Amino acid sequence: MKVKPNISLSTCYHCGDNCMNQNISLEEKIFCCEGCKTVYEILNQSGLCDYYSYNEHPGLKQYREIRSGKFDFLDDEQIRSKFITFANGTEQHTHFYLPQIHCSSCLWLLENITTINPHIISSRVNFDNKEIFITYNAQQTSLKQVVLDLTKIGYEPHLSLDEYSHHSAKKIDRTRWYKIGVAGFCFSNIMMLSFPEYLLQSGVLESSLSFYFKTLIVLLSIPALFYSGSEFFVSAYKSLKHRYLNIDAPVALALMITFGRSLYELSTGIGAGYLDSMSGIIFFLLLGRMLQDRTINIINFDRDYKSFFPIAVQKVEGQRLQATVVHELKEGDTIQIHSQEIVPVDSILSKGEAEIDYSFVNGETLPVKINKGEIIYAGGKQLSGLIELIVVKPLSQSYLTNLWNNSTSDKDVEKASWVDQIGKYFTYLVLAIGLTAGAYWYAYGDSMRMWNALTTILIVACPCALLLAENFTYSNVLRILGLNKIYLKSKKTLENINLVDTIVFDKTGTLTHTRENLVSYTGRALQPDERIEIASLLNQSMHTLVSPILHFLKENDLQKVDHFKEEKGQGIEAWVNEKHIKLGSASFVNALNEEDTGTTVYVKIEKEILGKFIVQNEYREGMWEMIDVLHVDYPVALLSGDNDREMDNVKKNFPANAEIRFYQKPEDKCTYIHTQQQSGAQVMMIGDGLNDAGALKASTVGIAITDGNNVFTPSSDVIMDSSNLKYLNQFIGYAKDSRKIILLTFAISVVYNIVGLYFAVQGTLNPLIAAILMPCSSLTIIAVTYFLSIYYGKKQGFTIHSNQLNLQ
Amino acid sequence: MEVIILLLTVSICIAGAFLAAFLWSVKNGQMDDTYSPAHRILFDKKNENESDQEP
Repeated sequence: MKVKPNISLSTCYHCGDNCMNQNISLEEKIFCCEGCKTVYEILNQSGLCDYYSYNEHPGLKQYREIRSGKFDFLDDEQIRSKFITFANGTEQHTHFYLPQIHCSSCLWLLENITTINPHIISSRVNFDNKEIFITYNAQQTSLKQVVLDLTKIGYEPHLSLDEYSHHSAKKIDRTRWYKIGVAGFCFSNIMMLSFPEYLLQSGVLESSLSFYFKTLIVLLSIPALFYSGSEFFVSAYKSLKHRYLNIDAPVALALMITFGRSLYELSTGIGAGYLDSMSGIIFFLLLGRMLQDRTINIINFDRDYKSFFPIAVQKVEGQRLQATVVHELKEGDTIQIHSQEIVPVDSILSKGEAEIDYSFVNGETLPVKINKGEIIYAGGKQLSGLIELIVVKPLSQSYLTNLWNNSTSDKDVEKASWVDQIGKYFTYLVLAIGLTAGAYWYAYGDSMRMWNALTTILIVACPCALLLAENFTYSNVLRILGLNKIYLKSKKTLENINLVDTIVFDKTGTLTHTRENLVSYTGRALQPDERIEIASLLNQSMHTLVSPILHFLKENDLQKVDHFKEEKGQGIEAWVNEKHIKLGSASFVNALNEEDTGTTVYVKIEKEILGKFIVQNEYREGMWEMIDVLHVDYPVALLSGDNDREMDNVKKNFPANAEIRFYQKPEDKCTYIHTQQQSGAQVMMIGDGLNDAGALKASTVGIAITDGNNVFTPSSDVIMDSSNLKYLNQFIGYAKDSRKIILLTFAISVVYNIVGLYFAVQGTLNPLIAAILMPCSSLTIIAVTYFLSIYYGKKQGFTIHSNQLNLQ
Repeated sequence: MEVIILLLTVSICIAGAFLAAFLWSVKNGQMDDTYSPAHRILFDKKNENESDQEP
């Protein structure tokens, strides 16, 4: 059996996800989970159901209940004041980053939030930056209430230390807009002023008039070159300093020669110069760069470790606890860290039992036991129980901060891309042609023509076409992929996909998904209080099985849990209501192991085994077909952290020669990828988040699969929506097509170059020819890349225009 | 022919004014968000009374 046919095809009214059963419904509308239904109810009560009319299924799946008290730190006056950008009497202004914003419905709902909380005076969304600016009446409502209201309708603000520290200092970079405006202005006016020179025979124009024209042209070209074009010189200088030739270097050289040559021509009166071509090239190149930057900015990959630290921790001051902002912690302060909290600074354990999970820092999932007096590094997560720590180093000097700063600095070293490579050869070739032509005319005894030939060859054959083709193709390809919920870190990622020759999958969470609807319980029926106790215990753990079972139980009034203990891979136990509760594997609760499909979680209260939850692991739709297609071209491998219960099923569906490994710890996955790479393979790793972080980082292309768009995805190159994983093959194909497009457009531009060179080597390149060739080739390149990327996108089955997914 | 000098000066001044207007609009933040204003205008304004009557 391959993929299970989906019997019920009804989709959630809120988020559009498939509903496994039709039990959760309201007013004939079906929902996939309680979370989605709750959001609908709130909107329905407030009369905000237009939300659903602007887009089909605009909502995002509501996964997890927000821990009550999560935003309590906003009650602290000092912390709260940092999030308030402006306060005027009762009126306060604030803004948040909402990563969930994705369509016009979001925009509409968020700007109508005043209906839900009438004390919000106004709210305004910046869609491109996914920000919301809110003004509210501080006497009637509070910042915490505003955050809760947003969370309630599915838009939990991303409150982080990072945004906190530069909350007010955030500035938008508009320089590129200015540069493009100036370049466009100069380009069009120079072109207009050059017409008389082109069209009239020399000498017809009165000399005073001609002088006036030329002065204006030169004056206009100066801001175009030295303001708008400055970034090419800066980048060229940087690349030469690092001793490699990037594509900006020949462009900068060509710009300089064009400018010099034109000044010479204009001052001696031999010709009209090439200043219009020069400013035009600057204009088009900047345009291409801006498009590319805008597509990449859609998703924020730059979230560093700080975004995931708590904003505030409890500082112990004598008998009192004081919420303190993390970056104000000083050496010697005593802080309390609760279960499942991340230790934000390097510190020494002074009280309690610490079991620290460093997977966030190094991918190691086995927790480390720390004894009193030993150091705990920032980034480690306390697994169970309350501990007290003494701060050793403030945040800015912590181990993790240093580690991160070091690793990003060597990540930033730019490697020459293949476009740079071609650009380099192209430059050498052009130089060779230039020198040959120059030498020929020198030998011929015509030194005037020698200079003519040499300079005009460099002007005409500048590799801007290649740069243009690259910028425009990648920006359009990245835009189209973004529409299809595949987000790439940079254009470099597209290039890297072309190198990949091995594909490695993670199993749990990647090929499979865990659905709350597939949880079942067998055994003695649970009493209401037992259900609450089990839910309270589950709520303490972050294990992947927790969330489906919690949804299954649907209990909200959670109780206090004492002596919580978690055995990794085994189970959890604690005291709730003075009853000892254990949840976990058969061996953990000493039960008889029965053969089950799916993962079982046994329930033991006091000494009695009540029954078990069975969570079905279901393979995502289309996985086996995808692997069938992929393995024609690539060796595929599967690395799973699970036990080998699924071995038969996997073996049946994976190609016979595929490497399949179970019981893989994160570091095993990482090592596997390293060994593959040592034998020369370029690996693409597909995984889901934290425990694959090391492997994702080590691989050539790391693809993180997410179910929502604000999930922590460290060190991945691509973030892909889980529903689109089945189109991986098309995605790879499209990445390859994008390379084809660039090469093709480059070939077209070479044709233009040959025409230009034909005149240039003879030393007779007329500025008019340059002025016609340049915009023609730029516009051809833009048009060809645009239509080809759309054509190939359609061919691969991607959505080209709207927000709606319509794959095949 | 001298009139051309005047015409050119005027035309460049007008173009310059447009450039200044563009730069001002960028500085003013009009290019910061190219999505919301275009969509905001399409939303129907609900009648105050009508929305009060919703359950």
